[in-house]
Amino acid sequence: MTSFASLTSQVFALDPLLIGEFGWAEVGIVVLKAVVTFAILLVSVMLMVWFERKLIADMQHRFGPNRAGPFGLLQTLADGTKLFFKEDLVPDRADRVVFALAPYLSLVPAFLTFAVVPIGGGFDGEKNGTVELFGKETYLQLADPPIGVLLILAMSSIAVYGIILAGWSSGSKYPLLGAVRASAQMVSYEAALGLSVVAVVLMAGSLSTHDIVLQQSGSGFDLFGDFGLPRWNLIATGVVPFVIFLISGTAEANRPPFDLVEAEQELVGGFNTEYSSIRFAFFYLAEFMNTVTLSAIIVTLFLGGPAGPTLAGPAWLWGIVWFVLKLFVFLFTFVWFRATLPRLRYDQLMNLGWKVLIPLSLAWLLLLGAINIGRDEDWNLYVVMGASFAVLIIGWAAIAGALRVGQARHADEEAADSGDTEGVLV
Amino acid sequence: MGYLDGFKVTFKKLLEFPRLTKNYVKDEGGKRAKPARLHGRHVLNRYEDGMEKCIGCELCAGVCPAKCIYVRGADNPLDNPVSPGERYGFIYEINYLRCIHCDLCVEACPTEAITESKLFEFSFTNRADAIYTKAELVVDDDGLPQQLPWEDWSDLDLVAAATSAWVRATSPSGVADYEGKVAWSGELGFGVKPPEPAQEGDD
Repeated sequence: MTSFASLTSQVFALDPLLIGEFGWAEVGIVVLKAVVTFAILLVSVMLMVWFERKLIADMQHRFGPNRAGPFGLLQTLADGTKLFFKEDLVPDRADRVVFALAPYLSLVPAFLTFAVVPIGGGFDGEKNGTVELFGKETYLQLADPPIGVLLILAMSSIAVYGIILAGWSSGSKYPLLGAVRASAQMVSYEAALGLSVVAVVLMAGSLSTHDIVLQQSGSGFDLFGDFGLPRWNLIATGVVPFVIFLISGTAEANRPPFDLVEAEQELVGGFNTEYSSIRFAFFYLAEFMNTVTLSAIIVTLFLGGPAGPTLAGPAWLWGIVWFVLKLFVFLFTFVWFRATLPRLRYDQLMNLGWKVLIPLSLAWLLLLGAINIGRDEDWNLYVVMGASFAVLIIGWAAIAGALRVGQARHADEEAADSGDTEGVLV
Repeated sequence: MGYLDGFKVTFKKLLEFPRLTKNYVKDEGGKRAKPARLHGRHVLNRYEDGMEKCIGCELCAGVCPAKCIYVRGADNPLDNPVSPGERYGFIYEINYLRCIHCDLCVEACPTEAITESKLFEFSFTNRADAIYTKAELVVDDDGLPQQLPWEDWSDLDLVAAATSAWVRATSPSGVADYEGKVAWSGELGFGVKPPEPAQEGDD
């Protein structure tokens, strides 16, 4: 039994709850956590839909939903209920099995990602982020696999299948266009997303989300001396990976200004055009759940998750309070993006992804690696940084030169082509 | 920073009160003063002596782009005529699932029989209810059309005024000589409406 327990603790989770004796109480706690996580996520999505509609209305100088319930809070519930009772249409030319499968492929990853996000816990002091639940030490997160960050990346990749398959199986042209856009967009931005996460992993030295939060708890970022700053990765990795993650995360979640996948003005509704009733509701749910989850991941990776000072009262409560506050900032930011930024053109999207974000995140990773090694080997920090910057500037010049040559050639070819056709026409 | 100016704009709007749009005042009867030319549900008017204005010419049905009007004319009974002249509309139906409230029927009508009132709150719940027949459209002796169960007429002072509509033709055929002159007949319950103030400017 003990060997089995230790094996499970290594494979599935590092949660102290699962180390050592493993009985019905532990099973009960895990089941309770699963149910609570599920409920929190669903309720937060409901509130998020309301929050987004209300806030974007405010930013556009309107009222937003205000008829159903106090402040229109029950509008989402009303919409959801309505969708349940709508007719479920399947187009004649649809691939029925895939068409039915696709909504779940986009919904389930959205749920699973949230399972590895620490949403509370006493990170202030010596408790290492644990709380007492029914007399057992445990983390306030559903699961803490040693490969938590990889799980997040994997789930964000799988969620794309939902969109691609939905568009492809609809047997209709606009959904197909949306699906093609989705695949290209995801491939472009996943690289930048992954590279910016690597910067965080480099600082934390672990892929476990709990360890990443633990390493960010307390203050004392001291690269250039201790200014009492929090040890958030936002500061420790030098803001750039955070910005890259924010941008490419927005693109991964298909949120404006990167919502080319569903671009109403161009593709009717994009991949979900042919969907109706409960299946459409699943896509809608997944979309907003992705927004919440993405914000939660950003908070976990870059802003120390639930870590923060305990001001008064129990430590576990303050963990949740800090987490929700930080989460809220990002939910606001994403709505703000949507209210402000116009959708990118497709070539702008590709240029930003391949020519700006990926080189930049690679370069920043090199810089961080150099600084880390320099610190371990006790080299002079400023010399290391100077040398790194010099290398990066040379690299940047090389890339810029290559791009310019490529563009010039492209322009030449186009000019030659157009010259030919003119000759033919005349 | 040109890229970030937009964020400032949206954030400023967030803090700006009151909002540009107004709340729907259902609780206050939903009957804020309406623009003079609002296109609401139709009414079939009558002359001040009680005769129906509709002569069953079917021009409104012909001009309707949504094909939502169904009219059949019939000869007036000699002993008890419904309208002045030879014929009257003995069937008149408007399907509000199709009507787009473009007001073309009103423009086509030679006798100002059909006008669009300012009543806009009529949310029926089945297709049969969507078809308003002559019984609902023709005004009663007090000049008001038939109230339907789903219409809120609690504030009759406001509703009554809203059942009479603005009609075009201050200067028929665009002849400037007729500008400001009354060129229409009286309406049961409302009488002869005053002419529009003469338009100024060059529009």
